[in-house]
Amino acid sequence: MVQLIFEAVITGILTGGVYALMASGLTLIFGVMEIINIGHGALVILGAYLSFILQEKFHIDLFLGLLITMPLMFLLGLFIEWAFIRPLKRDRTMLSILVTFAIALIIEGTLGLQNTFGTDYVKLHAWYVDSSNASFQIGGFYLAYIYVFAFLLSAVLLAGLYFLLYRTEFGYSLRASMQNRTAAQLIGIDVERISALTFAIGVALAAAGGMAFGATTSFNPDSHYDLISRLLVIIILGGMGSLRGALIASVVMLVIEDVTAVVWSPVWATTVFFFLLIVILLVRPQGLFGQLEGRKQ
Amino acid sequence: MIGQLATRKHLFASSVLGLILSLLLIACGSQPGSTGPSSGTPNTTPIKIGISLSFSGDFSADGTAFKQGYQLWADYVNSHGGILGRKVTLDILSDASSTDQVQTNYQKLITLDKVDLVFGPFSTLLTKPASVVANRYGYAMIEGAGGGPSVFTQGLNNVFDVSLPVANNLVSFAHYILSLPAGQRPTTAAYATEDDPFTQPQVDTAKQILEQGGVKTVDYQVYPAETTDYNPIADRIIASKAQVVVTGTLLPDITAFIQRFKQQHYNPQALIATAGPDQGTQFLNNIGGAASAEGIMVPNGWYPGANNPGNKDMVNAYIAKYGGTPDGISSDVAEAYSVGQVAQQAITKIGSLDQKKLIAELHSGDTFTTVQGPVKFDSTGQNVAAQAYLFQWQKGNFIPVYPADAATASPEFPKPNWP
Repeated sequence: MVQLIFEAVITGILTGGVYALMASGLTLIFGVMEIINIGHGALVILGAYLSFILQEKFHIDLFLGLLITMPLMFLLGLFIEWAFIRPLKRDRTMLSILVTFAIALIIEGTLGLQNTFGTDYVKLHAWYVDSSNASFQIGGFYLAYIYVFAFLLSAVLLAGLYFLLYRTEFGYSLRASMQNRTAAQLIGIDVERISALTFAIGVALAAAGGMAFGATTSFNPDSHYDLISRLLVIIILGGMGSLRGALIASVVMLVIEDVTAVVWSPVWATTVFFFLLIVILLVRPQGLFGQLEGRKQ
Repeated sequence: MIGQLATRKHLFASSVLGLILSLLLIACGSQPGSTGPSSGTPNTTPIKIGISLSFSGDFSADGTAFKQGYQLWADYVNSHGGILGRKVTLDILSDASSTDQVQTNYQKLITLDKVDLVFGPFSTLLTKPASVVANRYGYAMIEGAGGGPSVFTQGLNNVFDVSLPVANNLVSFAHYILSLPAGQRPTTAAYATEDDPFTQPQVDTAKQILEQGGVKTVDYQVYPAETTDYNPIADRIIASKAQVVVTGTLLPDITAFIQRFKQQHYNPQALIATAGPDQGTQFLNNIGGAASAEGIMVPNGWYPGANNPGNKDMVNAYIAKYGGTPDGISSDVAEAYSVGQVAQQAITKIGSLDQKKLIAELHSGDTFTTVQGPVKFDSTGQNVAAQAYLFQWQKGNFIPVYPADAATASPEFPKPNWP
């Protein structure tokens, strides 16, 4: 049993890394633009399908393929922000929910057409995903390469993002917009440009998250529903707008769920987590590293 | 003023008359099997069979396949002398997958079109209300796609499902495991299933049979259908070191289990899933190739090569009429075809279309033969003679391995280690 719990914790941490990657874009977008991007799950799935095409048709490795999918999704993010988000002038937060949900449906519908991918389940493959020897052995337990690689990818990208936010001028402008949009405008920061770039970065991160998700789970165009609900919960727990919060909340959620599943039952895993979430929110409504913290930075 | 009064009285009188006339018509129409002249003169008018099918909505794909099945059966019967010397015609109405429309349809078919016989619609959802309408007029409802328990708990005696009850899908597998010689037979089993009305009953039934046969349950898990992280579930199965793993899954979960079992170097002697491995190339693509599928089992109610009466004819007729390959034929076609076969055999036996006699005959314990296998109804109308075939992936081929009379190869046991 102890062995099982130990394995569940390790698995939870590694899987948490995958979810952190997916959630980081979402929390960034909310932090800067106060937009709740319901379409983020669909963008993750879109990223997964892009990786799928590169791997199936052109035999490009999943991680190398990110050098193509991330810039592509970055451009898509710029387009979406310009076409759908920028026109929202009033009631931005509320309307953004509707608009981004519409984006999610458009993506799901386009991917689900018989001429594109249809509704069949697919999965990403690579030697480090499928081979039964693709794991580090620790005692009687095997750490799959793909989870370790995905966790490392998360760490690298999140570190890069942190560097961007705290060591570059763009980052200063971005954090200023996060703190107080109007004040930032008053001191000459082009808030619209910052918003566009932030959204695009968020979508590019979704591409990376999509690759990690697709390598560990079967997916089809409908998979985004279950995904977005979990991502929203993660950013609420971590504090909307906090990158550090997204990472820690992902790991916390996955570890709690995995340990509950092995010790008690999978049926209770989500319930236990939500119970703890409610307790935390009662004590600390802004989440673990909530907005207040984020804005102080 | 007086003119208006007179008009109103006139209208009132005509509407009452109309009402009485309609009631009389409906009363006349609701006598089952009241078409055709009395016995003595041979009847050659076609037998009208009323059916409601879904050509739009949730069940559109299945509705189309069912129509093909019913039509193929009608074509076959008509070219082989008909039933009781009469040809059959199908009166099919569209119900758009709606529970209201399906009731209206059967109402119309029975009372206005005065059909001699009705066949069932597609799905438990629609069969349930449709059977109530048929029951009101004393009609038998022979169907092939309404297998959910709720259809049979309504207290009706006129519903007959020719297909295998869903809960019995894994019974063949359980019997196979228990049929192994004592030295080879596994002694421990782990079960994991979605909390889904399709998967869970199957797994629970198999667990009961295996436990009674002496196979110890070392792990039993039920997980929500919305689960996205299957690793802890798989890890518990692995930790239990079960020799047999029975899973109630769809494609994404069995894919995740296989990947985890592979990574953790866990090799059960037998692995079966309720769905997933039956998805052909989609399954192989998900798990990374045919080598990983080797030895994995799944139940199946019908397949084109099944050695049942009329199956070969049906498959050939299907290809001739609709094209394609045998593997592309939906099992819905076989279900619809079987409905027709049972109706024909029962009517021929009793020599009449009288619905009361038909219902009695179907409940009599007689066995009928169909392309899906034998059919025998219990008191609730479920088919207790049906048995699922056990299918297994062997060297990239998806083949039946049990029962022996349907097998094209012996079952591979124990399952080879992951590649």
